[in-house]
Amino acid sequence: MDYFLSEEQEMIVETARQITDERIIPHRAELDEKDEFPRAILNEMAQADLFGIPIPEEFGGFGGGCLDIVLALEQLGRGCIGVGTAFAASSLGVYPILIAGSQEMREKYLPDVAAGRKFAGFGLTEANAGSDASGIRTTAVLDGDEWVLNGTKQWITNGGEAQIYTVVAITDRSKGARGASMLVVEEGDPGFSCGPKEKKMGIRASSTTELIFKDCRIPKDRLIGRKGTGFITVMKTLDSSRPGIAALGLGLAQGALDEAASYAKQRVQFGKPIMAFQAVQHMLADMAIQLEAARALVYGAAKHIDAHPNDMSKVSSMCKVFATDMAMKVATDAVQVMGGYGYMREYPVEKMMRDAKILQIYEGTNQIQRNVVGQELNKEYARA
Amino acid sequence: MKIIVCVKQVPDAKDVRLDPKTNTLAREGVQSIMNPYDQHAVEEAVRLKELLGGEVTVLSMGPPQAEEVLRQAISCGADHAVLVSDRAFAGADTWATSYTLAKAVNVIGHFDLLLCGKQAIDGDTAQVGPGLAMRLQIPYVTCVQKVRQATDSGLILERMMDDGYDVLAVDFPALLTVVKDINEPRVPSLKGKMRAKKAEIRRLSAADIGADPSCIGLPGSPTQVVKVFPPEARCKRAVFTGSLDEQIVQLVDSLQSYL
Amino acid sequence: MLIIDTEVCIGCGICESSCPFGAITVVGSWAVVGDGCTLCGTCVEACDLGAISIEGAGKDAPLDLASWSGVWVYGEFRSGALAPVSLELLGIGRKLADTRKVPLTAVLIGSETGEAARQLIAHGANTVYRIDDPALAHFTDEAYGAILTSLIRQHKPEIVLAGATAIGRSFIPGVATTLGAGLTADCTQLAIRDEDGALLQTRPAFGGNIMATIVCPNSRPQMSTVRPKVMQALTFDGERQGEIVEVKPTPEQFATRVRVIESVVSEQDNVNIQEADILVAGGRGLDNAQGFTLMRELAASLGGAVAATRAAVDAGWISYPHQVGQTGKTVAPKLYIACGISGAVQHVAGMQSAETIVAINRDKDATIFDVADFGLVGDLFEIVPKLLRKIEERRKS
Repeated sequence: MDYFLSEEQEMIVETARQITDERIIPHRAELDEKDEFPRAILNEMAQADLFGIPIPEEFGGFGGGCLDIVLALEQLGRGCIGVGTAFAASSLGVYPILIAGSQEMREKYLPDVAAGRKFAGFGLTEANAGSDASGIRTTAVLDGDEWVLNGTKQWITNGGEAQIYTVVAITDRSKGARGASMLVVEEGDPGFSCGPKEKKMGIRASSTTELIFKDCRIPKDRLIGRKGTGFITVMKTLDSSRPGIAALGLGLAQGALDEAASYAKQRVQFGKPIMAFQAVQHMLADMAIQLEAARALVYGAAKHIDAHPNDMSKVSSMCKVFATDMAMKVATDAVQVMGGYGYMREYPVEKMMRDAKILQIYEGTNQIQRNVVGQELNKEYARA
Repeated sequence: MKIIVCVKQVPDAKDVRLDPKTNTLAREGVQSIMNPYDQHAVEEAVRLKELLGGEVTVLSMGPPQAEEVLRQAISCGADHAVLVSDRAFAGADTWATSYTLAKAVNVIGHFDLLLCGKQAIDGDTAQVGPGLAMRLQIPYVTCVQKVRQATDSGLILERMMDDGYDVLAVDFPALLTVVKDINEPRVPSLKGKMRAKKAEIRRLSAADIGADPSCIGLPGSPTQVVKVFPPEARCKRAVFTGSLDEQIVQLVDSLQSYL
Repeated sequence: MLIIDTEVCIGCGICESSCPFGAITVVGSWAVVGDGCTLCGTCVEACDLGAISIEGAGKDAPLDLASWSGVWVYGEFRSGALAPVSLELLGIGRKLADTRKVPLTAVLIGSETGEAARQLIAHGANTVYRIDDPALAHFTDEAYGAILTSLIRQHKPEIVLAGATAIGRSFIPGVATTLGAGLTADCTQLAIRDEDGALLQTRPAFGGNIMATIVCPNSRPQMSTVRPKVMQALTFDGERQGEIVEVKPTPEQFATRVRVIESVVSEQDNVNIQEADILVAGGRGLDNAQGFTLMRELAASLGGAVAATRAAVDAGWISYPHQVGQTGKTVAPKLYIACGISGAVQHVAGMQSAETIVAINRDKDATIFDVADFGLVGDLFEIVPKLLRKIEERRKS
């Protein structure tokens, strides 16, 4: 379908598409096999200015909005959402600085990230705090001119590969929802280390580790925004990044559909290409319909967010839920269409199916997303 | 350091076919692209610029449409672009082309290094690079597969040979033609694309370069095409008969042109 | 310039349909020429009314063409041996020289050339100009180019042929430019035109999708480069008589601004099967790794590379860079010989664009025969050696 993209948007799509076709697709199987971080590909993406998309021009970025990021991530997702996640997580990691950091802090960190010289990671999740973010236990205590952090973050994307981490820690437990703050921890800070890479079902190119703080000391000015605004910054950050995850889902589903449909045209059984059989055709049709519906919702949500940045929660969650549930279904169906070949590691769809699952889990599980939408509906209809 | 790169817009050769019945080029779906070897030349120029400082100018002789590849080169890091274009250049063979490019280079002015792709995928001659160097009276090296060392005064290179490679040293000014092994061209960046969109392309006509009419276009071409025809049709399916030995003879007969 | 006489043109459009480049169209009542015109002259011939002509064709007052006489071949000498292509060029050179009734000469440039001059004579040259000097041990464009250019100016041959090797394709264009001579690269056919004795040079363009025949009407010498294995050498005849003329270049001719630091002869380790024109591929039918020795022999004999199916690579008989197929490389060579390959869809997907496919398999129902142009049913261990012998025989005759 024609979504009437602007010339600049077409440029973004074309650039991301070229990276995907020329750099990601030829290497994705190997990266998955070896659990290898795609540093070379990320460098190419940096060179192509993709990291600059969400960052304002004054900091060396492209000054793009939500739809621009969605367009880029959709292409990258078509190649490999492991690589896409590494890329998206860096933007996620840097959002808190972008939306709540002081001008000085932004000038300090954003240009390097826009140029892809440094990657970022977002440190929220802990062993006892997943969906319930308020359960975090990592603390940050002010000691003279330094914050001292203690605690462990779990399952942090880009752990061990990023140079900058935006971390949420409790600064005053008595203040409840106002008791947490976000701070910037840099690779090399004393008392900060990363755990070993986790072994995952999918997105194996993405590096996932613990962040371990043992009397980790960082300068006072690493506080992002005002003390106590941690959870608010987290909520805003996640709201902004959800459409990106939805976009990865669109890309993955498109890639899966492409593989399944080409296969169905080539594979001959009972004297015909299997595409001629209605059972298969209907499956592919449903995949295509759901994908396009998701795309329309995600693009629509992204445009809405660009126009109404203060009204993003509901649409952001809606598009994340819909697109990621769709991606899981489409990937699974793609394996089914390809039958035995779909199950073999030699063909790309089994990886897509393994990869897709995480889309329904991270950046807020789809159950939490439904909570968010439910709560928004509650508010909306309460006025009536 | 001033680097000039010659680029050419060509039809995507693998898609070009001559219809055997009408002897005409099948035009539908044939894209115009930057000659792939030239992409590697542009990339190498930009890398040398990043290493040693300076600027890269891309130059093309072609119809007005050739601006597209000049803009593409800018999106990949070139700084300036020049299009030398004139009806009078029509029908130019490699001799006339190298003459025209040399005249344009003279207008552009001083340079340290001139880069070309090894050959254009439509003509496949690999002649313009050496011809251009001879006219500019500078040393040249063809089929460069690697720049081992680059300084402000010259280069140490690897030139591909049929049985391996030679390691050569040359001082500036010099001309190189490059092969695909030399580098992997970067994906054009978003900022590059924006720059390319706004870039002003300098246009030179035959008069602007002071071309002698008898040296350009068809009049300036010592070679002329007298016939164009499709290659031999793909061998038809053949069934061999007889004993195995007889069949082998028939097979070797059929493969005569490959021997 | 393409001139359309609008008094004569009736706008019938025959020129439009004849143009190989889509560069002439009928607009309103007459034909109009566009930017894409290459002045190839096809429309001029196609127009029944003679409404189209080419003006300013060719330079004024051609050189005194008759004073240029003789067929020359550049004898390429590197790493102690003559390049086989030079001998092949003597083969076609002899034919051209005989048609023109002129002598055939070879120019040999190098160092410690030993018996090479004799070899050139034994392969057909009447005369060999030998430039043998330690300074020429390594090829440099400037020195070799200056020497050849000077000799050509001195002796004025009408035709000069050289191998389209790395060396030939490098310095010959420089020589041609200096002489103002027309040069046609990678010729696949060379012949003499009856009417005027001009050299007809036929070559592929657009990656081989089109053939073009070229002449040099007003310039001399007419120069061509030819790829190895296109022409055929005459058989070696030790009895053939010829003259070896030693040539001493002037000091300036040795000058070179490019310094050769070293020559590296390398084993082709990183084979790129996608670049090979000819591939000999082995599959499960080879039975073991030794089967690939036979594949290598056949490939070497044809000047091609070795490829393999996934089965062969998985069995460890050959390394992955040689694998052709859906999970290997996609190739489109001119000739693909599939030995002991069943023709599974995944393999065929990687090679079906080959120009000519030959299949050798002991199973007559193997699906490879559905895509092959030529097929032999039988034991490849019997067929391939016989094929090798026949090819050798054919080459010699």
